[in-house]
Amino acid sequence: MEWFTLTIDGREVCVPKGTTVLEACRMNDIPIPTLCHDPELTSAGACRLCIVQIEGMRNLPPSCVTQVTQGMVVQTQNPKVREARKTILELLVANHPLDCMTCQKMGDCSLAQYAYDYGVTGERYQGEARDLPIDSANPFIIKDPNKCIACGKCIRACDEIQGRSVLDFSFRGFDVQVGPAFNLPYNESDCVFCGSCVSVCPVGALTEKKMQGKGRRWEMEKVTTTCPYCGTGCSLDLNVKNGKVVGITSTDGDVNGSALCVKGRFGYGFIHHPDRLKTPLIRKDGKLVEASWTEAINLVAEKLSAVKENFGSDAIGVLSSARCTNEENYLMNKLTRAVFGTNNIDHCARL
Amino acid sequence: MAENKRILVCAGTGCASSGAHKIIDVLQEEIVRQGIQDSVSVVPTGCHGFCEQGPTLIIEPQQTLYTQVKSEDIPEIVAQDLMEGKLVERLLYIDPLTQKPATTFANSNFFAKQVRFVLKNCGFIDPEKIQDYVDNDGYKGLANALKMSPDEVVEEVKKAGLRGRGGAGFPTGLKWGFCRNSPGNKKYVICNADEGDPGAFMDRGVLEGDPHSVIEGMLIGAYAIGADEGYVYCRAEYPLAIKHMEIAIAQAEEAGYLGDNIMNSGFNFRLRIRAGAGAFVCGEETALMASIEGRRGMPNVRPPFPAQSGLWGKPTNINNVETWSSVPHILKNGADWYTQYGTEKSKGTKIFALTGKINNTGLVEVPMGTTLRDILFDIGGGIQNGKAFKAVQIGGPSGGCLPDSMLDLQVDYDTLTKAGAMVGSGGLVVMDETTCMVDIARFFLDFSQKESCGKCTPCREGNKRMWDILDRITKGEGKLEDLDTLENLALVIKETSLCGLGQNSPNPVLATLKYFRDEFEAHILDHKCPAHVCTALLTYSIDEEKCKGCGLCAKNCPVGCITGEKKEPHKIDASACIKCGSCLEKCKFDAVIRL
Repeated sequence: MEWFTLTIDGREVCVPKGTTVLEACRMNDIPIPTLCHDPELTSAGACRLCIVQIEGMRNLPPSCVTQVTQGMVVQTQNPKVREARKTILELLVANHPLDCMTCQKMGDCSLAQYAYDYGVTGERYQGEARDLPIDSANPFIIKDPNKCIACGKCIRACDEIQGRSVLDFSFRGFDVQVGPAFNLPYNESDCVFCGSCVSVCPVGALTEKKMQGKGRRWEMEKVTTTCPYCGTGCSLDLNVKNGKVVGITSTDGDVNGSALCVKGRFGYGFIHHPDRLKTPLIRKDGKLVEASWTEAINLVAEKLSAVKENFGSDAIGVLSSARCTNEENYLMNKLTRAVFGTNNIDHCARL
Repeated sequence: MAENKRILVCAGTGCASSGAHKIIDVLQEEIVRQGIQDSVSVVPTGCHGFCEQGPTLIIEPQQTLYTQVKSEDIPEIVAQDLMEGKLVERLLYIDPLTQKPATTFANSNFFAKQVRFVLKNCGFIDPEKIQDYVDNDGYKGLANALKMSPDEVVEEVKKAGLRGRGGAGFPTGLKWGFCRNSPGNKKYVICNADEGDPGAFMDRGVLEGDPHSVIEGMLIGAYAIGADEGYVYCRAEYPLAIKHMEIAIAQAEEAGYLGDNIMNSGFNFRLRIRAGAGAFVCGEETALMASIEGRRGMPNVRPPFPAQSGLWGKPTNINNVETWSSVPHILKNGADWYTQYGTEKSKGTKIFALTGKINNTGLVEVPMGTTLRDILFDIGGGIQNGKAFKAVQIGGPSGGCLPDSMLDLQVDYDTLTKAGAMVGSGGLVVMDETTCMVDIARFFLDFSQKESCGKCTPCREGNKRMWDILDRITKGEGKLEDLDTLENLALVIKETSLCGLGQNSPNPVLATLKYFRDEFEAHILDHKCPAHVCTALLTYSIDEEKCKGCGLCAKNCPVGCITGEKKEPHKIDASACIKCGSCLEKCKFDAVIRL
């Protein structure tokens, strides 16, 4: 592999050929603010917040799409760069509601964080601000277009992660909007509600409907676990507040990256549902009665053994579930073939 | 009737909208009526370039130029000029500076001082007939190119020093070389005909009047680069240009200039047209390609440049109409011939579109390096109604306004960029003393901010905020510190925007601030618009001494805010006045005062 040496803020660093300036900075713990960048998505170079100054290059190039060259000299924090970033942030804030106190995204908003870091006042530019209707007609996602900073991450996530391409830009210039074709609400579009758009939104423009008012970012513990819905094994973060799961967000899973499906991301209502079965039930005199696990397992073992004895192993058939993990399905297969002694096993995902 | 005559009637978009087609019909009827149809032919042509004087017609072989012709004038032209050989003097062009009539198109100042070879055929051939083009040395450049190796063709264009006429002025031969050397079997050439600058119409003129020159240029480029497919991306607002291009492509296919084994060279090339959907930003090459591919026309970051990864990811070369149209002349006459025109670093000629407060609105072609003064006064005939020149906006919404002190600047890429403007596509919008420069800056920024694609933050949000500030200044609500804010914001937008639109959109503001700062200050400090344009800053009153009490002002006031007895001085109620200016216009005694 070819390596390039470059100087960033007076520090000499070595990175592989093909690395962007942004990646080179992050590899070396040099902070660069970004709003439209996501390592999982193609780089758009749209927000222009990651601009740096590079000797010999005109203007202030965005580091996310500028590849490192041998001997490059980069400045990431000089007054010119910082002032330009501050201006860009002031421009974004001038067209963004300042209702942070009641915003679901508070504590997790990149715009708020950078505005704070760069000493943005929100008063430098006065004038028209967007005033568009909020889309909350579906059960999963709230879209507040007034908070959108048009970074385009949701568009790329929909296209590149989920492969749906439901979202795109519409209108031009200051009037630009992001959403489904013909500006339809989400629930009238081809959206499958995977929520990838929500997971990449850096501001409060796209938020989880069920998480509204359920907790602040800092109040919630993130517990990384595996999705129980199917055998894919997607990683996700349970957002836990006071011992209760109040939402699910993406994590950087080995299997799935940040991608989740509608069930994995939004189908957690069963966890604390009052109707949820927490103990086995055994039908006695026509009524389902709570039982212990020992009692239930013994009953099943007894009945299956009886079937095997009276009618042979092949009288037993097993259908395994896509909601089990791969490991559970493997064990089911072992149990069926080695213990029950039959090959009559199938899986619902094959149907 | 001894000799054969051709009547060349301009049927370009401008003249067509002022009745050229009716003139053609009446001419044809009248010629038949007089029985001279065997010796006189009527040729509908593309734009003559003399738009201010349209509809125009030129009678060959004398080259008599008749201007502002109406269908009622036709019988006289037929009877007097065609039948008797006498000039119809009242229809000759009168030079506004010398007041002398020009008997032929060649001896009018407007044409005499131009060097026209890209426009050579425009107005002199029937653009719907390929034979007209071939008869005028058409496709000879291609024939020469096909005898050379592709590398030799690239070298010839490099040697000619041709630079992109779309605005950026990038050396064309160098660009071709990049694409030629880019690995890949499939390559494309594209003609950028998405001309969108306010006041620019040179590409339309060429496409309407001489479409084969563009096709020939693209063929030569495709051969040099190794492309076998091309697109002409033309804005849908140019229906006549698209129609003429469609006809030209069909005729070129039939004649064997397009298709397989062109002129028995083994070279294959196919050309298609794509109509734009009305976005100015699609003139930016990456947005243009996105649009051809069926995606939203938004610019993408470069690199990769189109020469590496362009249309559908294939190496692609994009040039604009005027650039492509210049190429056949280079291959026909040689690079040495071409380099005799122009300056050291800007070779050849450039077409400019003259518009605004100038006498000779139209298309002019001059060698690079001609001074603005020569273009505007010698060719353009000076300012309308004898008013004083104030500024010329050069390079459209990406360019800048230059004041009279810059009139002796040589027009070439580097000089203009240094002065804070740019050659751009070549639009020259002329302003006189009645133009407010703050209002003009606001106008161009309004255009840019509406045409911004919205992708990058500085262009989308920054141009809007600059417009907000300018709008406040024109309303008398500006503050002196706004000027610093404007300048700082302009610099950030220029340095951080993604594409050429954002990187250049603040230019009109920076240039007007540089050359006309006093006008901004007058709006802010004195709450006055020196050019009397910004209505919020105007006050109308009546000079009691001059007012005769005729009542004409009161009669014409649309809001009835002028009162007074007959033969007594009238009064304007300033609180109700909407500052429309009709009282000032109607008063015969100069009694209305506008401050």
